[in-house]
Amino acid sequence: MSPNLNGTTAELEPIFDGTGPRSAATLPRLLEGVPARGAMSLQTHLDTHGELPTGRRRDRRGAAALIDQIEQAGLGGRGGAGFPMATKMRTVAAGRGKPIVVVNATEGEPASLKDRTLLETLPHLVLDGAALAARAIGADEAILCICESAGVGFERVAQAIAERDQLAGHWPRIVLSSAPQGYVAGHESALVNHLNGGPAKPTFSPPMPFERGVRRRPTLVNNAETVAHVALIARHGPRWFRELGLADQPGSTLITLSGPLAYPGVYEVEYGASLSSLLDAAGGTRTRVRAALFGGYAGTWVEGASLPKLALSNAHLAPYGAGLGAGVVVLLSELACPVAETARVTRWLAGESAGQCGPCVHGLDALANTLEDVCRGTSQGDAMRRVDRLSLLVNRRGACAHPDGTVRFVTSAADVFAEELADHARHGSCEACERQPELPLPSNRPMTKAGSSS
Amino acid sequence: MCAELLPERIVLDEWGYPILDERPLPAELVSHAQRAAQACPTFALLVERERG
Repeated sequence: MSPNLNGTTAELEPIFDGTGPRSAATLPRLLEGVPARGAMSLQTHLDTHGELPTGRRRDRRGAAALIDQIEQAGLGGRGGAGFPMATKMRTVAAGRGKPIVVVNATEGEPASLKDRTLLETLPHLVLDGAALAARAIGADEAILCICESAGVGFERVAQAIAERDQLAGHWPRIVLSSAPQGYVAGHESALVNHLNGGPAKPTFSPPMPFERGVRRRPTLVNNAETVAHVALIARHGPRWFRELGLADQPGSTLITLSGPLAYPGVYEVEYGASLSSLLDAAGGTRTRVRAALFGGYAGTWVEGASLPKLALSNAHLAPYGAGLGAGVVVLLSELACPVAETARVTRWLAGESAGQCGPCVHGLDALANTLEDVCRGTSQGDAMRRVDRLSLLVNRRGACAHPDGTVRFVTSAADVFAEELADHARHGSCEACERQPELPLPSNRPMTKAGSSS
Repeated sequence: MCAELLPERIVLDEWGYPILDERPLPAELVSHAQRAAQACPTFALLVERERG
């Protein structure tokens, strides 16, 4: 994936469901004024978005009114699950003990770059949101968790926090914390476990973090993009937020788009925008597209032939069994071998198991073995039936959703790439198997972005 | 171990991990289920009273 294209944004044509004419609301919102290099300074940030509505320290009711605004805006979490943020805030605020806020910017999904883009270029948007969310639920601290491999993002956020500390009215305290790299390390309960001094592995819930999380306090865990939206909702209100997007999925969202495109990268779109308008904004495709993966490596493949009529919202993707997840769209070119790509990603996913649950450890490894055998043409018997059987055996048998997500990825690949899989099982590897891998994994993607040395 | 103590409800997958049939237990199986749960070295099994 070509990095550092976060400055590329575009207004996209939404697909509407006959809801009448739209307002003149425009994009970008989050990515407004995103600098081509370096991070936006606090002064530029305030010039771009206006002062942060600070309120008075003891005015709890005023601060809590933000929860109502977030509810009216209909803001859903942007970490993948899409849970209504206001509901989570109310639950945490009503919990036993002083609440605490954790902003999850670990972004363990290799095909996602949106959170690190926000941190590296627009850290004050995330910090505003973290502070506002903390005030609204009566928390005295917010912890911003970044993956230890984030490099320059870490430094830029540390600088941004220092910039804010010099100003009055910037409370509560925001602490920067690094989390280990890993696909499941960013799972909410794994992150809380890590912050409590334990291993960064998912725990068997309950208690859930919102009940008893960091330091046994009720803990609000939110994705970095989610709190960035809070920074804008606090300034402009819920009506403004709803001027873009759909009734059941309002607002704009960041999408990490990768694949055979002129300009892959992070784009801000409104929910309901057509996929083709996003591809146009990315300079169009350079090759024919075999299929697109929505929602990352716990997500779902959709046939290339279906792509022209697709739109970017969970409602539009639901008929294909897909969703946006954390805003990940990966195109696979027709030049690639989908069997080799599926086997390679499944092997990586198997290696990302936290190693806690037997069915996940053994089952994902067996799935990867079977797919590698199919790819080489060395499988015995009906290998795809074994894939089906293993999938059933692994699904929903872990402490976290990692086995379930892997099964979703493999099952949809088995469906969409059925012909290629059958062909490999019979004849072995193809010429395209030898090509450079296309699907982004940490091994074939630079972990920090080019141009980040500025 | 657990699959031997409660074969009516527990089978093992190909790696030796239990697959549970989670339908409510008839009264005559409850004590067997409790013994199976106690025998689990990782405390992974739990016998729950039916709600309501």
